[in-house]
Amino acid sequence: MIENFDLSLVNWSRAQFALTAIYHWLFVPLTLGLSFILAFMETIYVRTGDETWKKITKFWMTLFGINFAIGVATGIILEFEFGTNWSNYSWFVGDIFGAPLAVEGIMAFFLESTFVAVMFFGWNKVSKRFHLASTWLVAVGANLSALWILVANAWMENPVGMVFNPDTARNEMNSFSEVVFNPVAIDKFFHTVTSGFVLASVFVVGISSWFLIRRREEVLARKSIYIAGIFGLVSALLVAFTGDTSARTIAKVQPVKFAAMEALYEGKTDAGLTVIGVLTDSGERIGEKKVHDMKMKIEIPGLLSFMTTGRSDGYVPGIRDLINGNPEKGIISVAEMMDRGRYARQVLVDYKMAKELGDNDSMAALAAKFEDRDFTENYFRYFGYSYFEHPWQVIPSVPVIFYSFRVMVGLGFFFILLFVLAIWFHRRETLEKNRWFLWLALISIPLAYLASELGWIVTEMGRQPWIIQNLMPVQVAVSNISTGAVQTTFWLFAVLFTALLTAEISIMVRQIKNGPKH
Amino acid sequence: MTMFVSYLFLREYWWLIISLLAGLLVFLMFVQGGQSFIFSLPRNDMQRKMVVNALGRKWEFTFTTLVTFGGAFFASFPLFYATSFGGAYWVWMAILFSFIIQAVAYEFRSKPANVFGTRVFDTFLFLNGCLGPFLIGVAVATFFTGSDFRLDLFNRVSWGTGWHGLEALVNPVNLLLGLAVLFLARVLGLMYLENSIDDAELTLSIRKALIRNAIPFLVFFLAFVGFMLSGNGYRPDTVTGEITIVRHHYLHNLLGNIFILVFFAGGVLLVLSSLWLGIFRGSRKAIWYAGSGTVPVVIALFLMAGYGETAFYPSLTDPDSSLTLARASSSYFTLKTMMYVSFIIPFVVAYIWYAWSSINRKRIDSEEMTGEEHMY
Repeated sequence: MIENFDLSLVNWSRAQFALTAIYHWLFVPLTLGLSFILAFMETIYVRTGDETWKKITKFWMTLFGINFAIGVATGIILEFEFGTNWSNYSWFVGDIFGAPLAVEGIMAFFLESTFVAVMFFGWNKVSKRFHLASTWLVAVGANLSALWILVANAWMENPVGMVFNPDTARNEMNSFSEVVFNPVAIDKFFHTVTSGFVLASVFVVGISSWFLIRRREEVLARKSIYIAGIFGLVSALLVAFTGDTSARTIAKVQPVKFAAMEALYEGKTDAGLTVIGVLTDSGERIGEKKVHDMKMKIEIPGLLSFMTTGRSDGYVPGIRDLINGNPEKGIISVAEMMDRGRYARQVLVDYKMAKELGDNDSMAALAAKFEDRDFTENYFRYFGYSYFEHPWQVIPSVPVIFYSFRVMVGLGFFFILLFVLAIWFHRRETLEKNRWFLWLALISIPLAYLASELGWIVTEMGRQPWIIQNLMPVQVAVSNISTGAVQTTFWLFAVLFTALLTAEISIMVRQIKNGPKH
Repeated sequence: MTMFVSYLFLREYWWLIISLLAGLLVFLMFVQGGQSFIFSLPRNDMQRKMVVNALGRKWEFTFTTLVTFGGAFFASFPLFYATSFGGAYWVWMAILFSFIIQAVAYEFRSKPANVFGTRVFDTFLFLNGCLGPFLIGVAVATFFTGSDFRLDLFNRVSWGTGWHGLEALVNPVNLLLGLAVLFLARVLGLMYLENSIDDAELTLSIRKALIRNAIPFLVFFLAFVGFMLSGNGYRPDTVTGEITIVRHHYLHNLLGNIFILVFFAGGVLLVLSSLWLGIFRGSRKAIWYAGSGTVPVVIALFLMAGYGETAFYPSLTDPDSSLTLARASSSYFTLKTMMYVSFIIPFVVAYIWYAWSSINRKRIDSEEMTGEEHMY
């Protein structure tokens, strides 16, 4: 029983969500990191009483405000789009997925929005300490907000803490703690917020370097570079650490994504980690998907095996193993998963039909299956595979993921070096003499945005075709609306976002050129 | 800590929370109401600056309440979220667009090099001020008038018309509530501006505008209530779940539940008092009476739509697809977990109140607008 899906509708719906998410993520990481940098700076001001720090805080706060507003605007769209464009998904998992979104609103958004007003308008209206507390609460609120949305996102990649209810035909939460302490959520939260801290630190170091290049606002620039340099270095090291733990978790819960990140087609022991490589078409195919060869490869022997299994001779499955199965290693084929998923789906259809006909005996017998461990663990867990026609359809785009991952990781290590140099030159009071470094810091700003966006491309493109890993592919999740409607809103969003981004960059550049108020 | 509560209680508890958030949202739409006067009320740039800055310090509260309202609906009644958002696509998209343009308009409008000029961003504020309350009113009215949808065995929605929600705009009862919410927001906006701005000339303009907007608000609101109470409602059979159409169903819900009746009557009285205070006594405190009345009236309307064996989202195409609290709600476990989370709401309200009063101690005047502080 294969349903007909309108792939054009699915692709446009995906494009619209991707467009919104990419634009949203242009603004959020700066908010996450800059809010803490503002809190550090204002803390120094309150503790020392030095008005210079107040001026520095207010300058960066102006840039924070410009960025914050557009982040809020793009954020609301994502929440609405779950309902408008992915309504089947909203019902299938709303019982679990909606909860973190509601908690985000109640716990984080109000905290952020209440105290951001005090932060901007309260300088002469509330005490210094209350103002400082407000600035800290904005930082906490922004990062709490990230926690809850990332818990929701992590659940889509590793669905835990739930049970399927055949009566309602949906998954229902049975453990909130499993959802919140999902290993993917923990890795994702720390990796994502620390990457936001890195981006904000690169932003502050880069803009401050521009002031030094122009020989303006030197005190502001030097102090800002020092604060952002230290914050950035600590954060960049944490990004590297959490990136490593994230990769281990992905290897367990999303092995196809992990194999795609490494462009690993054949499973092996002593697998090396590819540092650099160029993919070429091998001419072979898995179904309709190209198989890629690796040229100009620089590899660290055994490291991939060690990272994933804890042993350098550990076995890392490749894409072929995961698609065709490898009984020796206990991997079942996708074709087998499709059969099991179809059986599970047929049981559900039979149950619904029995219910419709009032056949209580059949209903009871079929309902019992959903409580049978063998059925849930060996059949229903592959429910989502029932919607595919060919096993190769579960392979994501290998080149996109492979290259995005490498550029992201490479830039991450580059930022560590950048922050080390910033602190070093600051301590030796030679920042102005090393103009090459100042230019390098300035051109690093777009690189930080690139790295940040590529991280999400690895995450989201890597888990295709799943909207919920193993349970629901994207084509099943989409709303039953016309492709034309989605195309229209896609272009409306594209024009609006681009116009607002243009205005934002223009305002930001002007504010930077104007510098702080004296 | 474990509490033993029934599934029925949890569903009604969460519908009450949704109703409370809706009430707060409608009250906080004084921001939108105020924005709708951006081109008509101020006589000069300084007055416009005062109006925008008075509203701009509160826009985030409205926005956040809208987002939380959506999130809470998603978490507690996901089938409504999936059905209405996925079906009435164009209405929700229109609401969404009207709020996106608001979010940036305050911050960008007076900044140098904003590319499009202050006038464009002020137009964004005006559009959000008019369309936001109107469209939200129309969308909520469908709780009483119904929509064209059908759900299959797996609760997947099909919309009955290709208009995907736009058909709600040709139903006169929906339009009445849309216009009532719009004019209520304008009345609240005027009251808020009078409370927050210290400018004699502007105050005079506000009082004149208050009369002109209070009358259409009362007309549209009373007409909607009249149609709603005299019209039909959708009631599910308690055993089979089959939906039947019941005459004066909402009137029965109003009169049959003392809490709803007290909320509705008390709220209406408070709103009327606020109009009397604002128009005839020139009181700056009218906004607090209006707010204290608006919240319970909206709660009462939502409770009439959802409580008392009522389908809160009726299907006109297939009545048996209509959504009731029981059918649309999340599982017992989720509602109970979320109930614990909701216990922090009073704490949230307390800190919002504290922060609000901290920065609103002094009314906005032209002197403050010429200062060096952060300004819209």
